[in-house]
Amino acid sequence: MNLKELITDKVKEKFGAALEEVSDFRDDLCLTIKNNQIVQLAKFLKEDTELEFVMLKDVTAIDWATRKKRFTAVYHVYSFKLNYTLRIKANIDDDPPAIESVTPVWRSAEWYERETWDMYGIKFINHPDLRRMYMPEGFEHHPLRKDFPVLGIPGSLPLPYKAE
Amino acid sequence: MGLEAKLTQDGFITTTIDSVIAWARKSSVWPMPMGISCCAIEMIAAADPKYDIARFGSEVMRFTPRQCDLMIVAGTVTYKMAQVVRRIYDQMPDPKWVIAMGACTSSGGMYRSYNVVQGIDQFLPVDVYTAGCPPRPENLLNALMTIQEKIGKTKARDYQNRSLKELELSQI
Ligand code: SF4
Repeated sequence: MNLKELITDKVKEKFGAALEEVSDFRDDLCLTIKNNQIVQLAKFLKEDTELEFVMLKDVTAIDWATRKKRFTAVYHVYSFKLNYTLRIKANIDDDPPAIESVTPVWRSAEWYERETWDMYGIKFINHPDLRRMYMPEGFEHHPLRKDFPVLGIPGSLPLPYKAE
Repeated sequence: MGLEAKLTQDGFITTTIDSVIAWARKSSVWPMPMGISCCAIEMIAAADPKYDIARFGSEVMRFTPRQCDLMIVAGTVTYKMAQVVRRIYDQMPDPKWVIAMGACTSSGGMYRSYNVVQGIDQFLPVDVYTAGCPPRPENLLNALMTIQEKIGKTKARDYQNRSLKELELSQI
């Protein structure tokens, strides 16, 4: 049995209908899970003795702009045991967008999720310290959203005074 | 300078205090290397033996603003960094000058983006802009010489009250 089938079958068996979609694009296996199951899936992938996805490589998001479920959270996890990188997606339908944080499962998620919050404005519920990562405190927008103008919103970022 | 020749004759020269002070100031401009990104590499190159910024009396790069006269802003200034740059500038004693080194500092450069200040002259009084991405060390030295020329024309008391004025303005 190959790796992808092993992973897919195990997840399917455990989560059933909550596994919304399985895609295998250009040899990258990607599982789309119902957004309220993300922490359970994370725990399962990490703790299952056959899988052991112990390393979280990245958390990011996609802004689809026109779709009804506008945001998708994306996770890349890695298993040393299988030497395999798996992608997990979760379509978010809450407005304002929010999803459960996976920081309790993978500690490294903390900063990734802060970055995703900063750039996309997705709230990570139960995150220990959800502050902005790059933009200054007090900034009110989320720059990687599709409706954010590339040159920014005038006056939204303060400059120091200039006396002349 | 021709000073030695004078000294072997009568041992004294006549001049004005202003020109002596201007000469001293322009021959020992100590830079504050505000190297924020890639341009900083060329600024460092300007200090190496090949280009040798010491020829202009500016080899003393100080990493504390309290000892600097010239701020070389070399790199991309983001809005977040702008606060820091301005604070360091404020800590420099008067008189002080600013070189905007490179496209980024002069105009935002290739970063036409929400997070980069489109020209540091929005929050700093810039004396000389240098073009290039990055400018070659010769270009920086040229900027330094331009500043020296500018300093050469100043009077000793020209900058005396500047900080006070700035302070008053900032309190309005
Ligand atoms: S002007 Fe060019 S070399 Fe200089 S900081 Fe900007 S991108 Fe880097």
